[in-house]
Amino acid sequence: MPLHVSRQGDVVIVEIEGQLIVSNRQELKQRVLDEAETGGRKILVDFSRTGYIDSAGLGVLVSLAKRLRELGGDIRLANLNDDLQTLFELTKLDTLFQIADSRERALETF
Amino acid sequence: MAGLRTLDLRIPSELQHIEGVVAAVVHRCAGHAFDDRQLALNLPVALTEALSNAILRGNGEDSAKEVRVRVELTDDALIVEVEDEGQGFDLDACTEDPTAPENIEREDGRGLFLMRALVDRVENFRGAGNVVRLTMRRPGHAA
Repeated sequence: MPLHVSRQGDVVIVEIEGQLIVSNRQELKQRVLDEAETGGRKILVDFSRTGYIDSAGLGVLVSLAKRLRELGGDIRLANLNDDLQTLFELTKLDTLFQIADSRERALETF
Repeated sequence: MAGLRTLDLRIPSELQHIEGVVAAVVHRCAGHAFDDRQLALNLPVALTEALSNAILRGNGEDSAKEVRVRVELTDDALIVEVEDEGQGFDLDACTEDPTAPENIEREDGRGLFLMRALVDRVENFRGAGNVVRLTMRRPGHAA
């Protein structure tokens, strides 16, 4: 699961390539927490190159959302394909996250 | 199991093997009249959950213990059995709803829910070890 990390203003954009699952979820968690430690507390996760996400991957996103909100930041999700959108609706996690259909729209919501 | 068994894999109990097993099973199902979502979402996620449970809970991530994956394509469905060396668990006792408001911010507890939501049938029973069986029917082949 290569992570591509960039910045736009004060927003850290994390693009996940491949699967976000139990075997690699800690990589995402640690990378985002490292960014938060150094002040990057607005995180945009871009799923345009993501395959599937399992319950452990969803759990890490929930964990990060809670931690970032505790720190006064937040997380936004963007570019979920129809399958991933369905996954978030099925688990009702679409009620916990702000989900945008593009990076630009997600950036506007911070 | 009736019909042609098409895949029989054994992996050590290490999480790094999950993605390869899932890719192999999806590949085996391609061209067998499953729809795109079944192959891109339902099967990969449900099978990842079953493998993750087997490796982490069933075998305690002990790489000396194996997880066996048997795949059968019948006329109307895919049947995948994931077997670990653990004592098993009672599926029917696991009824917590991770979508309930009091659970929605929990980091865990969605695995079995996803398996049940994404494939047509989830069963477990004792074989040589503990077996979780996933059944995913082809579109148009209702149970």
